[in-house]
Amino acid sequence: MERPAEASVAATPTLRVGPQRFRELGLMLQAFRRDPLAIASLVVIAVFVFGAIFAPVLTPYPRQGLGDPNILEKFRPPSLAHPLGTDNLGRDVLARILFGGRTSLSIGFLVVLIAVAIGAPLGAIAGYYGGWVDDVVMRVTDVFLAFPSLLLAMAIAGALGASFVHAMIAIALTWWPWYTRLVRAQTVSLRERYFIEAARSIGVRSPTIIVRHVLPNVFTPVLVQATMDLGSAILTGAAISFIGLGVRPPTAEWGTMISTGRIYFIERPWLAGSAGAAIFLVTLAFNLLGDAVRDAVDPRTRRAAE
Amino acid sequence: MSATAARGAGPDRGMPLATAAPLLEVKELSVHFAIRGGLAPWRRRYVRAVDGVDLTIGRRETLGVVGESGCGKTTLGRAILRLIEPTGGQVLLEGQDILRLSGSELRAMRRHMQIVFQNPYSSFDPRFTVLNAVAEPLRTHTRLRGEALRERVVAVLEQCGMPGDMLYRYPHEFSGGQLQRIAIARALALNPKLLVLDEPTSALDVSVQAQIINLLLRLQRELELTYLFISHDLSVVQHTSDRIAVMYLGKIVELSETAALFSGGARHPYTRALLASAPMLDPELRRERIVLQGGVPDPANPPPGCAFHPRCPGAEEACAQAAPALIDIGGGHLVACHRIGG
Amino acid sequence: MSEPLLSVEELQVRFQTYAGRVHAVNGMTFEVGRGEFFGLVGESGCGKSVTGLAILGMIPRGGAVASGRIRFHGEDLLTKSDAQMRAIRGRHIAMIFQDPAATLNPVFTIGSQIVRVIRQHTSISPEEARRRALETLDAVALPDPPRIFRAYPHELSGGMQQRVMIAMALSCGAELLIADEPTTALDVTIQAQILGLLAEIRRRQGVSILLITHNLGVVAETCDRVAVAYAGRVVEVGRVEDVLFRPVHPYTQGLLAALPRAGQAKESLLSIPGSVPDGLALPSGCAFHPRCASAVELCRSGEPALTVVGPDGHRVACHLFRREGAA
Repeated sequence: MERPAEASVAATPTLRVGPQRFRELGLMLQAFRRDPLAIASLVVIAVFVFGAIFAPVLTPYPRQGLGDPNILEKFRPPSLAHPLGTDNLGRDVLARILFGGRTSLSIGFLVVLIAVAIGAPLGAIAGYYGGWVDDVVMRVTDVFLAFPSLLLAMAIAGALGASFVHAMIAIALTWWPWYTRLVRAQTVSLRERYFIEAARSIGVRSPTIIVRHVLPNVFTPVLVQATMDLGSAILTGAAISFIGLGVRPPTAEWGTMISTGRIYFIERPWLAGSAGAAIFLVTLAFNLLGDAVRDAVDPRTRRAAE
Repeated sequence: MSATAARGAGPDRGMPLATAAPLLEVKELSVHFAIRGGLAPWRRRYVRAVDGVDLTIGRRETLGVVGESGCGKTTLGRAILRLIEPTGGQVLLEGQDILRLSGSELRAMRRHMQIVFQNPYSSFDPRFTVLNAVAEPLRTHTRLRGEALRERVVAVLEQCGMPGDMLYRYPHEFSGGQLQRIAIARALALNPKLLVLDEPTSALDVSVQAQIINLLLRLQRELELTYLFISHDLSVVQHTSDRIAVMYLGKIVELSETAALFSGGARHPYTRALLASAPMLDPELRRERIVLQGGVPDPANPPPGCAFHPRCPGAEEACAQAAPALIDIGGGHLVACHRIGG
Repeated sequence: MSEPLLSVEELQVRFQTYAGRVHAVNGMTFEVGRGEFFGLVGESGCGKSVTGLAILGMIPRGGAVASGRIRFHGEDLLTKSDAQMRAIRGRHIAMIFQDPAATLNPVFTIGSQIVRVIRQHTSISPEEARRRALETLDAVALPDPPRIFRAYPHELSGGMQQRVMIAMALSCGAELLIADEPTTALDVTIQAQILGLLAEIRRRQGVSILLITHNLGVVAETCDRVAVAYAGRVVEVGRVEDVLFRPVHPYTQGLLAALPRAGQAKESLLSIPGSVPDGLALPSGCAFHPRCASAVELCRSGEPALTVVGPDGHRVACHLFRREGAA
């Protein structure tokens, strides 16, 4: 009863190459398909990613998307020619949103990628070795966690100047400790299991054990966390740009668009409104997707869904 | 007090009497754990999990180690393999001190000494197929790859009673008994000399436990293996071991031939109580009940003198003063008790 | 025999899991008499623990009783409402588990937890409840009851915690104590103490005890009668002397032969081939037939019923025996 999977598999023919992993994946996708919120959030994200990638072909005003002003047509309300109107420099707002998606989504993906790349290995090392290594790594993460990302961004922008890259570095620097904590906790619980010790007793080197046995086994929780964090990273990136410390004009970015648009918000709400809606939709979609991924990989919630 | 009662396997198993040198000699082995006070060393306290243990195991012999939780038997097994770093002492495998090996020398030495764990379910990386799990030691220590590697894996699995057609299946598809067979196969892949068996049957059902015990006995005969058999279950150790060491709070309190220990030859009061406490099926074997009072003391705060004296029915004043030495009372039978032989 | 205190009749429990429907208990039948020390023994997955939980109406989520009856004092517990079951639990039937540390609440003192149980089931004053809690702590031979009363669970050893659980179970005068692997997590010397305590409270207070365990030695030393379960059914039941020393069912015989015993060191043990089936895909007919050396064609098709084979209600569910008996 404790291991219900046994008999069902024992009943299937024996020589099949790795069917179990695919079966697991299949069950995951099945659970995913049954979740309408998951499908909806996936669609929203796909639309934004598609729009960002193909922005130059999708809009008739690619030059405006890149920043060229068109003063004669400024502050046009939404119309057929400009579905979301034009901004203070006469640029098509939809084009700006599509091109802004390139910046904002890149910030999100890159920040999370850097944070996972730094955080996960450090967490695995801290959890695997324990002792003073653990103490040192975890105290360092505490120090980084103590900085609010906006404050750090201000400091970096002050020292190096405001830019897309600096904003990203600032956010990533405050983000990786979360992955260190997550992966460390997972690793510590993995160490309770004997297979790590078995690998040591065989004579496998510790770095190999971390790469071969620890990191693949913490992949799932990291994936869930990363999906949820994508939305928050985009939001933080927008916030930094909003206060003028991130992406500089004329590059399109949602945070900067809100910042510019808020001056005209009362009369021309479509400027800040469109960018705000984009941020809201993407952030929400990533959060819901993260939830759905977590539910889909956990057999217990999967069962409840049936 | 080094107890070099070097006894090999008896001639009764059709083998020439073991050479004089034992396979494994453990001398004054100690493992002290610090109960950490974080970065505050002044708050540290120490637990003597293993406290000056001496023992020897002859080739093809099985030495059983029994004791209750917290007696240090598991730590002893880990320390002998240096999976836990001992605080002091010597562990000589064929005369070579494992504790003085460098990192790479130790990794190379590991092919000669392997371990089988208590819980077969957590002994395997859930993402590794049987083939990859059993091949890992071979990939680490040999140049076997591809078809030759696969053949070796199949051979060792079949030796352990697992059919060779489940190489591509994952650990969760197997029962506990099957997994323990695969774990034994993994441990044997490199033809080790010493196998540490840490409660190898405790997580298994009775009917399956018998299968695994039989397998271990057969493999020992066929491959001339030497076992350190750690268990809390007296009947299992009795069935598998040539000699038995009884541990209490980090120390060996009695070490003797299995037959002698179980036929009324147990001398240490703790061993006697242990034997009397084990639930026995056959009414004629049920001994006079010696129910000990209280439980095992906190290892971080052991009683002075003989660690067993607060629970010992025959404790005297001397027992609270000094820890008794482990002395030979004849024929390699060792006892650590003030009231015996002293 | 007069009417038994507890009788479980053809109990079936099913669990719905993502892998399919698990047949955890498949027609479990046994009776526990008044003041009797009854053992329910079997390997993992034989349904013994689920049966214990079913008696208390505490089957975990996803599971449900499919059919059968559980009579206590002649009344069917399965027809009781949740509120009625809450009144019976603790008051008339109490349960102790393998891991006392997980059952006791770490943030309350031992005393307050026992007092709460007592006051939940009776209307006595706090002082009275306190006095009774101290009495029960004393009754389970805990040293210095007032100190234990004020202690938190983590300050006690595993054996002492299990004593506290027993005290709690007895504090309201339960007539039936269900003990699910009560000594499995404990050391041998402590196990002996707890088993001795259970035997003593049975003798002194006339409590019936249903001991659920995998350990045949424990059964042999403590129980009056025993039922051996396999794949959710009782395959053999009777007095301990009969079942454990004159076993009839091939599974009981195999289990006993598989135990390592004195005087056969380093020899092969008799073992039962294969492993315990799980409830997802039970074998047809007699669930034991794929592992049984003497299985015949009938064993594959028909489920054997419990048949009397000896004195004092020694019964067995095996086609082979019935055939021989009929001959």
